[in-house]
Amino acid sequence: MTTSATPTVHKPVWWKRLPVVHQLRQSVGLQRGMLVVGLIICGVFLAVAALAPWLAPYGFSQLKEDGVSFGAQQPPGGNHLLGTTVGGYDVLSRVIWGAQTALLVIIVAVVLSIFIGIALGVISGYLGGWLDRILVVVADAVYAFPSLLLAIVAAIIISGGQSTLWTGILSAAAAISVIFIPQYFRVIRAETVRIKSEAYVESAKVVGTSTFRIMSRHVLRNATRSLPLIFTLNASEAIFTLAALGFLGFGIEPTSAAEWGYDLNKSISDVTSGIWWTSVFPGSAIVLVVLGMTLVGESLNDLADPRLRTRKRASKRLAPAAETTVVPGGSLESVTDIDSLEARP
Amino acid sequence: MTTTAPAAVVPPGKRTRRSGSGGGNALGRYILIRFLLIIPTVFILVTMVFILMRVIGDPITAALGGRLTADQLAERITAAGYDRPIYIQYFEYLGQVFTGNFGTSITDGRPIVDILATYGPATFELAFYALLVALIVGIPLGMVAAYFRDRWPDAVLRVVAILWYATPVFFAGLLLKLVFSVWLGWLPVAGRASTRNELGLSSMDAGTGIYILDALRIGDPAMIGDVLSHAVLPGIALGLLTAGVFLRLVRTNVIGTLSMDYVDAARSRGVSEFRLVRKHAYKPALIPIITVIGLQIAVLLGGAVLTETTFEWKGLGFQLAQYLTSRDFVAVQGIVALLAVIVALTNFIVDIIAALIDPRVRY
Repeated sequence: MTTSATPTVHKPVWWKRLPVVHQLRQSVGLQRGMLVVGLIICGVFLAVAALAPWLAPYGFSQLKEDGVSFGAQQPPGGNHLLGTTVGGYDVLSRVIWGAQTALLVIIVAVVLSIFIGIALGVISGYLGGWLDRILVVVADAVYAFPSLLLAIVAAIIISGGQSTLWTGILSAAAAISVIFIPQYFRVIRAETVRIKSEAYVESAKVVGTSTFRIMSRHVLRNATRSLPLIFTLNASEAIFTLAALGFLGFGIEPTSAAEWGYDLNKSISDVTSGIWWTSVFPGSAIVLVVLGMTLVGESLNDLADPRLRTRKRASKRLAPAAETTVVPGGSLESVTDIDSLEARP
Repeated sequence: MTTTAPAAVVPPGKRTRRSGSGGGNALGRYILIRFLLIIPTVFILVTMVFILMRVIGDPITAALGGRLTADQLAERITAAGYDRPIYIQYFEYLGQVFTGNFGTSITDGRPIVDILATYGPATFELAFYALLVALIVGIPLGMVAAYFRDRWPDAVLRVVAILWYATPVFFAGLLLKLVFSVWLGWLPVAGRASTRNELGLSSMDAGTGIYILDALRIGDPAMIGDVLSHAVLPGIALGLLTAGVFLRLVRTNVIGTLSMDYVDAARSRGVSEFRLVRKHAYKPALIPIITVIGLQIAVLLGGAVLTETTFEWKGLGFQLAQYLTSRDFVAVQGIVALLAVIVALTNFIVDIIAALIDPRVRY
């Protein structure tokens, strides 16, 4: 061995350390395939949502062109590539515009719940005491309850049931946040409780740093590492909830915006008479988007867990381990590793 | 609280030993504590639903606003007591809930408890079929995926599980309906039984409301077949959602147990890999399934609302959707509060079963 064998300190370019890019570089084989496919689907979804006005052949509430009405339940073909709905809308246009609505709801819901959930989680976890106990019990109660029912109740309050574009998006997003806040709260609180006893927090205390500064600089920065993967999972759940609300008639009016769940609701009777295009296309749009986001989330989750990660080679730079998961089914750690649970109260 | 996540449900094994008073006593204490924990959960949920539903104003105006004059409305509001201070209404409501009175719907004047008695069995039946489908499909496939870990059958199964998860129940229902009822014509489109049988079953003396039980009691094979054929599609639509969760759970857990010492010991004695999965690794992997069933009850109830609407399955969820459309928020509040109690009780039962099976759970 010569002197050149001294390990060169690896200082990756900044973009290589970004959450998803880092995992993409770390992944290998099937996991990489899943991650790439998921990222592509998500990319297409984002592009379609952003470019909806240019991609869609018609407006989402357009019923006629040049004074000639589209006609209801026209089969796919001709001027309407995917046919028309029972209400006389163009299916393709509504599927494309629906992506925009879905994206807006995801953004608003996730931003709302991230801010509130993280704030509550850090405060509750760091300060502890009776506030912590109450918040934990409330979060657990909400968490155990059928989320759709909560969303329905929330949607009733916020919009009274019928909505225009922005009130509809806001109410759907707020209804979804009600479900998400406890999830973020739990994850962030668990991380905070762990970080609280780390040496660097104690040293910060010793030098007299204020509580607020410790919470915002030391705890928050380190507690949010597992967020990208919760984000993908919650984004897909946001789509479900939006569609379910629409399906139950609590969504956004068709004249205000296109919404996949609403279209599916209107297609129930179509299905019975064999008209498939009104349900299959908006439904497939939901499945595709959720599939894309779940693939990304799954891969991130597996990559974060050393026991599930397919190794490229022994690497010195391990991924920050996410210790909590909201994957349906739970992470490996949460169920088999009894030893790691000993420390829990 | 132990109802929420698999992680929280497996508390330290040491505590049982520390309490040192023997298995039976510890179990009794666990059941008692776990039972007492239901109270705050139910209390919080009922309070939350009450506050949320009152933020929008009084239910009478919401339900009948456009149809009655202002005077008639005011009269009915006074009669129902909605003009009193909110905290008095709240304590009255709590007292009613405590005595099992969840209110009376505005639109058709039925007590919520009656609605539960009429439509609850249908929802229970649907949830049972769904759970059956989920277990039959999910557990074996999860074991197969673990056995073929990181090879192509595993990859295919994982993608399938994600696809099931990614398909909303109502869309899955519509697709199944389209293919098997409309195109192939194998199964009925909607409902719980054909009209004639449904009439017979719902007017039956001392009927349970669970059609398959009632049909079995009557003993008419044609009727049993009819009831079952109506249940296939809704059961599958709702069940596949949970089956995907079970598949992934079993896979992860079997893979986890396969690397444990006792499995290594068995492997070194020459036990075949198939037998390891089938006999050694699979049983410990089933324990988390039981706790997850508890969590899935909430998912199933939420999914039942959508599945019942898709298939016109006249259960609680279908009824809830009807009340939502007619804006009868007293009924909605009552049903939601009642479901909160049911979810809390089911979780309690599931936790007790988990404690009976796995001594490590007790504390």
